[in-house]
Amino acid sequence: MMARKGTPLISKLAPGHRGCAGCGAALAAKLVLEGAGDDIIVCSPTGCLEVFTTPFPDNAWQVPWIHSLFENAAAVASGIERALRAMGNDHTKVMVIAGDGSTFDIGFGAISGMWERGHDVTYVCYDNEAYMNTGIQRSGSTPLCAATTTSPAGRVSLGKPQNKKNMPEIAVAHGCPYVATTSIGYPKDVITKVRKAVHTEGPTYVQVHSPCCTGWYYDPSLTAEIARLAVETGLYPLVEFENGVLTNVRKIHKRKPVEEYLKAQGRFKHLFKKEEGKEALRRIQQIADDNVKRYALE
Amino acid sequence: MMHKSPEMERMSVVEGSYAVAHAVKTCRPDVISAYPITPQTHIVEYLSQFVADGELNSEYINVESEFSALSALVGASAAGARTYSATTSQGLALMNEVLFNASGMRLPIVMTIVNRSLSAPINIWNDHQDSISARDAGWIQLYVEDAQEAGDAIAQAYWVAENHDVLLPTMVCMDGFILSHTYEPVVLLEEEKTREFLPPYEPLHKLDPANPKAFGMFMGPEMYTEFRYMQELAMDAALPKIKEAAALFKKIYGRWRGDVVDEYHADADVLLIAMGSVVGTIKDVIDELREEGVSVGLLKVRAFRPFPKQEIREAIKRAKVVAVLDKDVSIGTREGALFSEIKAALYNTPTRVPVVGYILGLGGRDIPAARIRQIVADAERVMEEGIKQESTYIDVNEEAI
Ligand SMILES: Cc1ncc(C[n+]2csc(CCOP(=O)(O)OP(=O)(O)O)c2C)c(N)n1
Ligand code: SF4
Repeated sequence: MMARKGTPLISKLAPGHRGCAGCGAALAAKLVLEGAGDDIIVCSPTGCLEVFTTPFPDNAWQVPWIHSLFENAAAVASGIERALRAMGNDHTKVMVIAGDGSTFDIGFGAISGMWERGHDVTYVCYDNEAYMNTGIQRSGSTPLCAATTTSPAGRVSLGKPQNKKNMPEIAVAHGCPYVATTSIGYPKDVITKVRKAVHTEGPTYVQVHSPCCTGWYYDPSLTAEIARLAVETGLYPLVEFENGVLTNVRKIHKRKPVEEYLKAQGRFKHLFKKEEGKEALRRIQQIADDNVKRYALE
Repeated sequence: MMHKSPEMERMSVVEGSYAVAHAVKTCRPDVISAYPITPQTHIVEYLSQFVADGELNSEYINVESEFSALSALVGASAAGARTYSATTSQGLALMNEVLFNASGMRLPIVMTIVNRSLSAPINIWNDHQDSISARDAGWIQLYVEDAQEAGDAIAQAYWVAENHDVLLPTMVCMDGFILSHTYEPVVLLEEEKTREFLPPYEPLHKLDPANPKAFGMFMGPEMYTEFRYMQELAMDAALPKIKEAAALFKKIYGRWRGDVVDEYHADADVLLIAMGSVVGTIKDVIDELREEGVSVGLLKVRAFRPFPKQEIREAIKRAKVVAVLDKDVSIGTREGALFSEIKAALYNTPTRVPVVGYILGLGGRDIPAARIRQIVADAERVMEEGIKQESTYIDVNEEAI
């Protein structure tokens, strides 16, 4: 069902779940389900979303849902998809909704296997850029210089020394016919891209930037704003690849300096306190500039 | 010329792995997912060929690891499909986390474990360390003695696992190489008889958009114990179901290789207890020894989970000494698992027979008839002189250490 103007979004993620106020992942899940349609089976790995939506006996999911382990959602989804086929069900779609930790790190091998085999599964990663469920540890998606509890800023450290892994392009390299990045700062964009992914046959990947007020240290009221800043600075390009070709990008009209995005969050505050922070800020700006060039965002 | 029984007429000489693959075919799983590893490989190759030839209409998922093999079956089984996999050793160890998950979600997956030792040192030959190490994962475990039983037990495993009073994943454990790679005369499962024996899988709960349900939810201390306890109750229910399945199987197919246990001269003074292919060697030795007037018998443990405590206690009551043979060891106890559990089963009963344990056949070391004779002789000495050594590693070459 489409949300009509003036009426609240009637979501298949019931209200009353136990996510933090201002949780970007919860919003992502709502929007994703909106785009997914009714005839869907969802599989989630261990993570914030799983924990806050299903504290037994409460269950926020109004679609069939399965959580198995932290690293096997793609394999579980593969099995569901083949089981449906074996049992003659050619309409129900299969979807994964997973955090970035399980996607970029521990579940990576299973995802690669699923893509290589070409399962008709839409894999959605809500990207909150760290392991939030275990208390804000770094993941392969944590951006350069973000402080997490396992990549803290310290006397000799400026936070995470590496930049984000480029998962979307890894998906493209696997031959996924549809790959997109989106952001909860742009709800319609999320719904449209997910819908497109679900209706594309074969393995599809959608990565939804989903700020986490708790792990990024900002006021819960700012979630959508921060999400948009990531896009407007060029740090989180919103792009679509179809059959390996970049087919669509969200253009940035008046690009903002990365400081505006970084300053708003506690996870980068050390960069503004230290002399070495200046060089780090320059490197992060370079990442944004490179993105702008690479995807022709301007 | 020897007269052939109707059973012998129907026999073909096949590899143990083929007997298993063929049995799986007659059970018609909707989804198969597996990853090759010696000595399980032949089973998955035969199944792939059946699918390639259109003889078996299953979805076969060629996964990138054993971890994903079982994970895929978790998804498939939750979606309501009948599922099958096979693995061994390192593959089973890699699945460990998913084993617990499958049983916790009460998914009746059936998997053949072609038993093999665990690395390091890497060794591809048979012992039971792999499946024994998975004993607490909440899976039914059946150990088979020959290729015939390896195949027959597949149909029985589905029958038990999918029963709504049970709903537990099931391992059929067969000895690597000794059973998997050996050609034996086997009566292959007939399609029509399997159709008569095994009803189609009717899931109690499944992933269904028309009736959305959640699997694998988050659960706090107030309910977790209850869920674990319900798994225990399912295991309790499985025990009579294994018996029922074996009896029904006998009625339809005409064969019997035991249910939760099987006894061979179990009224003897010296009672050997073992699992797996060594049972065959032991039976031969028993035949010889009984001719020589030795009162020796065998209790074959077929179900290790659920553990048939009551049946074992009954059998042991009549013995004067018990010798337990284990192809596995819990390092730090100098004991094999079966030995420890049999002692534990007796402790709170009035039965006070001496029980001694023997660890042997590790990493594929041969267990010749002479070794069984030596164990019987040792057990007879225990009967007269009492226990000198509770548990013994058989055949250790001290000079090599
Ligand atoms: C094998 C294994 N290792 C570690 C964990 C602990 N663990 C649970 S959730 C999680 C992090 C989840 O991070 P992510 O996927 O990014 O999702 P988020 O919590 O951020 O929503 C970790 C490390 C686990 N459950 N399983
Ligand atoms: S910690 Fe972050 S991701 Fe987890 S519920 Fe809170 S806001 Fe959402």
